[in-house]
Amino acid sequence: MSKEEVQTAIFQQGKQSIKLPMPVYIRASASVVGKKEGEGPLGALFDMIGSDGLFGAKNWEEAESTLQKEAVSLAMGKAGMKKEDIRYLLAGDLLGQEVATCFGVADFEIPFFGLFGACSTCGESLSLGAMTIGGGFAGNVACVTSSHFASAEKEFRFPLEYGGQRPLTSSWTVTGSGAFILSSTPGQKSRAKITGITTGKIVDFGLKDSFNMGCTMAPAAADAIHANLKDFRRKPEEYDKIITGDLGTVGKEALLDLLKAKGVDISAQHMDCGIEIFDQKTQNTNAGGSGCGCAAVTLSAYILKKIEEGVWKRVLFVPTGALLSKRSFQEGNTVPGIAHCVVLEGI
Amino acid sequence: MEELKNMKHNDEETKEQYKEYVKTVTPTKNLWLQMVKAFLVGGIICIIGQGILNYCESLGIDKETSGSWCSLLLVLLSVLLTGLNIYPGIASFGGAGALVPITGFANSVAAPAIEFKKEGQVFGVGAKIFTIAGPVILYGIFSSWLLGLLYWCGTLFGWW
Repeated sequence: MSKEEVQTAIFQQGKQSIKLPMPVYIRASASVVGKKEGEGPLGALFDMIGSDGLFGAKNWEEAESTLQKEAVSLAMGKAGMKKEDIRYLLAGDLLGQEVATCFGVADFEIPFFGLFGACSTCGESLSLGAMTIGGGFAGNVACVTSSHFASAEKEFRFPLEYGGQRPLTSSWTVTGSGAFILSSTPGQKSRAKITGITTGKIVDFGLKDSFNMGCTMAPAAADAIHANLKDFRRKPEEYDKIITGDLGTVGKEALLDLLKAKGVDISAQHMDCGIEIFDQKTQNTNAGGSGCGCAAVTLSAYILKKIEEGVWKRVLFVPTGALLSKRSFQEGNTVPGIAHCVVLEGI
Repeated sequence: MEELKNMKHNDEETKEQYKEYVKTVTPTKNLWLQMVKAFLVGGIICIIGQGILNYCESLGIDKETSGSWCSLLLVLLSVLLTGLNIYPGIASFGGAGALVPITGFANSVAAPAIEFKKEGQVFGVGAKIFTIAGPVILYGIFSSWLLGLLYWCGTLFGWW
């Protein structure tokens, strides 16, 4: 292809980023979590905390659907919108064929795109939502993602009551759902704005250990963050925080080392939702929290609050995902990673 | 650190180097402490078993029947503790000390039964109850068959 042909997209920024032509506003958001998350360090900030894991449902999958339903309803309520005002719903979870999402959001009757990016889905939904609005295809979009400890254990690991020891590198799937209402207009009040995105690539460094997802995702996070800094020609200091989704304590170390080797030091700015959401010492969560819900509820309850308060002006939000299924793992496949960057700024 | 610089997606050399690097940042549990915990938990389970055995024998029950009572009661205890969600905590503390005795086996059968009950009696409990214990049963029976065959051959050739 000739050079002219390649450079036809007007909003492209660098190799894999987009600079939104006009900011996309996060009008409102909501977070619904389980009991353990409610007892964690961020407990007081969540909108709704379930008293048990079932949320009034018959099984774990339905419980996760309830999480999404509640999160979307709450977020729409806060934004002062009805379901008719939302043009698209972008959502996903970790279960096979996204059953938690499908059954959770069906009753809203909003045109729907189901997404899968493992635990990076929150970033994927915000990216696509921002593109949809930025491109002029929708006025309001809802993005929602969820995970549930019990349904994820059942899907990927062992039955809940099975006794075993969890390795120190393992993470604890967050029971929670975060919903965000994106809009082309700021309305009366907005929490933050999205000004750019960097879409991550699938990166596989060959690890096969599904109990060390932090290290399987770290290369993808490093790659995406590096690409973001390069594409936007920014230094790490130009972000008040660079916040990954669920690398945990072990993955964080790998991320910092991988970036240092590329000559980028983000140790002063870096934070990880998985490390923030639980107290490792008292809650027995080993490396930290994980899951689609981890980054989503932390963004809604904690990160957006800090941006709103003006403590942080510009934040790079980087949810991370480990791409595996029980089958791919059993058949000896590697666990590749993915990460999506979303640039968030104060109003 | 230097080797991290040139790492690439899906590259054989990267895979080797990254695996080595990850080993250096992966925390490990203290083996000695783990062994002490396993010894304690495993020991306590065995003491309970011995207690049952001794009690049965004191009632005048023969040794073999007492042994059956011992296994039965330990399995019952383990299943009850699994249902009450206490056994996972014991296993998390005691590791192999809680997994190796018969109680660990009972837990591995009871746990899927509880979890998959929601999927029905046939395709849920029926099909998935042995998802964890299945391999132990299969290879346990297979190896005893193999040894039996060996024993039979031995008697045929007059080895013993």
